[in-house]
Amino acid sequence: MFYREAGDFSTTYAQDQQTFPIKFDRYRYYVVLFLAIVVVPFIINDYWLNSLMLPFLIYAIAAIGLNILVGYCGQVSLGTGGFMAVGAYSCYKFMTGVDIWWGGELVYRLPEFNIFFAVIMGGVMTALVGVLFGLPSLRIKGFYLAVATLAAQFFLVWLFNRVAWFYNYSASGQISAPERDLFGVLLTGPSTQAWATYLFCLFFAIVSAVIARNLTRGSVGRKWMAIRDMDIAAEIIGVNPLRAKLTAFAISSFFIGISGALFFAVYLGAVEVGEAFGITKSFTVLFMIIIGGLGSVFGSFAGAAFLVLLPVALKVVGVDWLGWPTDIVAHLQLVIVGLLIIVFLIAEPHGIAQLWRVAKEKLRLWPFPH
Amino acid sequence: MKYKLATMAVAGLMAAGPVMADLVFPSLSYRTGPYAAGGIPFADGYADYFTLLNERDGGIGGEMLQVPECETAYNTEKGVECYESLKGSGGLVYQPLSTGITYQLIPKVTADDIPMLTSGLGRTSAKNGNVFSHVFNFPANYWDGASVAIKHILDQEGGDISGKKIALVYHNSAYGKEPIRTLQELSKKHGFDFTEMPVDHPGQEQKSQWLQIRRDKPDYVIMYGWGVMNQVAVQEAINIRFPMDKFIGIWWSGSENDVMSAGAGADGYKALTFHNVGSDYPLYDDLKQYVFDAGKAAGAGDQAGTVLYNRGLYAAMLVAEAAKTAQEIHGTTAITPGQMRDGMEALNITEAKMAALGLPNFGPEFQVSCENHGGNGFAAVTQWDAAAKEWKLITEFMQSDQEVIQPLIEEDSAAYAAENNIEPACN
Repeated sequence: MFYREAGDFSTTYAQDQQTFPIKFDRYRYYVVLFLAIVVVPFIINDYWLNSLMLPFLIYAIAAIGLNILVGYCGQVSLGTGGFMAVGAYSCYKFMTGVDIWWGGELVYRLPEFNIFFAVIMGGVMTALVGVLFGLPSLRIKGFYLAVATLAAQFFLVWLFNRVAWFYNYSASGQISAPERDLFGVLLTGPSTQAWATYLFCLFFAIVSAVIARNLTRGSVGRKWMAIRDMDIAAEIIGVNPLRAKLTAFAISSFFIGISGALFFAVYLGAVEVGEAFGITKSFTVLFMIIIGGLGSVFGSFAGAAFLVLLPVALKVVGVDWLGWPTDIVAHLQLVIVGLLIIVFLIAEPHGIAQLWRVAKEKLRLWPFPH
Repeated sequence: MKYKLATMAVAGLMAAGPVMADLVFPSLSYRTGPYAAGGIPFADGYADYFTLLNERDGGIGGEMLQVPECETAYNTEKGVECYESLKGSGGLVYQPLSTGITYQLIPKVTADDIPMLTSGLGRTSAKNGNVFSHVFNFPANYWDGASVAIKHILDQEGGDISGKKIALVYHNSAYGKEPIRTLQELSKKHGFDFTEMPVDHPGQEQKSQWLQIRRDKPDYVIMYGWGVMNQVAVQEAINIRFPMDKFIGIWWSGSENDVMSAGAGADGYKALTFHNVGSDYPLYDDLKQYVFDAGKAAGAGDQAGTVLYNRGLYAAMLVAEAAKTAQEIHGTTAITPGQMRDGMEALNITEAKMAALGLPNFGPEFQVSCENHGGNGFAAVTQWDAAAKEWKLITEFMQSDQEVIQPLIEEDSAAYAAENNIEPACN
């Protein structure tokens, strides 16, 4: 009944190859975009923004990034937290003006970047660092690569804690985002409007998703998937593993860097590297793509939504409605989230994205399943 | 069905907001995670004091008090979520008990016109009320702690510590890094050698740091630790037979939790404090009558009399007094967060006041002003008696070296003001 090709004719190749070839699906996508861009900014308040929407959008970008690497290219990474930290610290350095020292003297100070470009630079720097740490992937695979990226995680956190230049020599070792605006609308600092920061992050989330989706449909993505499925076979049919793996690391890290920059500058406003970008962050994002679905852009959003919403929902139900003590609810939360992850891995190893695909197939046949 | 669910959700959200008429003192607590051992007694003490005021006095100025709790697990993201969710309930003052969360909230509370109290923690330069209009850190701050520790060492060594080696074992975070600048200045002034030894979160792994201490043999070790890091450090110090009376923790490294597990070996370990210890105060009689015996104690009710429980009581007492002050200034009992800020800025804690509250000799006297949000920096040293299982105050309350600290505060707050274009709040 729904999701049916019947009566939906493609007359050009472009029509045939679009992301959502089924009309119903396409309109559903437009409705979601319309709600997100036009409706939500008018009704969003500080609570919804900071508790749900910002973390959801920012984690979704990180999940898209990691999904490219793990889900599409098959290279396991545990360095997400470290790469997010690179994004955050580069964004901070570019927004406050990169200072170059030589022999104890200030040689040159770059002008301060606009917040928009600072976030992009966060992504670019992270892409470079990602390529660097992606080099071992040419020689090592699977669990061993996971350990190598784990080393990146610990090294990067240590670096940002150790070298005072990264946090502009502040006494506490924290970085805090000064007030910055885009076209006169404040985007960082305490006096921002909920709609402005929401739209800023939404913009990056949508653009990341569109880019990721189209990359994975094209030749680059097909090379990644060939490497993922069987690297030797891919090499024989002419896929250059060096290029495929390093582009995956670069693009994945670019998105993760963007999310790290937004996480620091727009969402939290001040971060401390060990606390905000520790190993738990790497695992959180990895859980997101596993629960959401490996190798699916929708899955990245679904996984991020699941892991951001669930704790808040459990807290609202447990503490605000049922009036239970906060510590019991916090412990229950760990139990429930852990349990759900196990249940998901057993019942649906391909994640929420697979549920969505199955639901679409069923809807297509409904009401005559045979 | 959908509408029904939606209405239920909306009704639930509305029901979740507490009644606006009460005075709300939100508690950003942490009863879970690696820092829970410190978070639980503080949160219990904080809640119990307000329960006592409700039960005994009928609130403050006739207004009943509410203490909604929100679990942060010492995590900054959850802290922000908690702040936003409790903001709607009209919270009068926030006490996050986490330096990381404090840094997040400093700009937010200032923009939202809500005061924040960070006694003995947070950003030290918030003492300068000219720059940090909504942040208070009386009666003492991290730099006072570092300075008082050095003063105590000076007393021990007969006034001369030049050439002595002093090591700082610190939690590698904003919290632990705070005293470094002060200790560097003090090492210039007094001529001691200063080494830094960071310990990464959560602090269970400290073998290499203590190996280094064993090799370098510093004369004194100062520790800025929290949570499980403290217990591990005390145990490691015992393992390398470091003399415990030359091992001095900041006030966050000086509770029963930190030394109990080490047993008799921890005897003689020292820690700073900015309030008195023990439960020998008239206030405890009232607490027993109105709270403990009535079954209204927060949490498991087993924390009474511990160092951090006392700190929770003290923190609650300070903001309760500030609320009273605010009610007097503005002539209304139903104060707003903005009025509460004025109350905190006019807070005057005297010995007579504390005695009347049932806490004689409990903490230092101080007067908050627009320029000075941080009190006078008095702290004392306590020592652990493993046989009696109690902390004992072994010195008078002494003032920190203001001539070193004040310029540092001016410098750091000026940098913050320049970074964020802040106009001086006091004229």
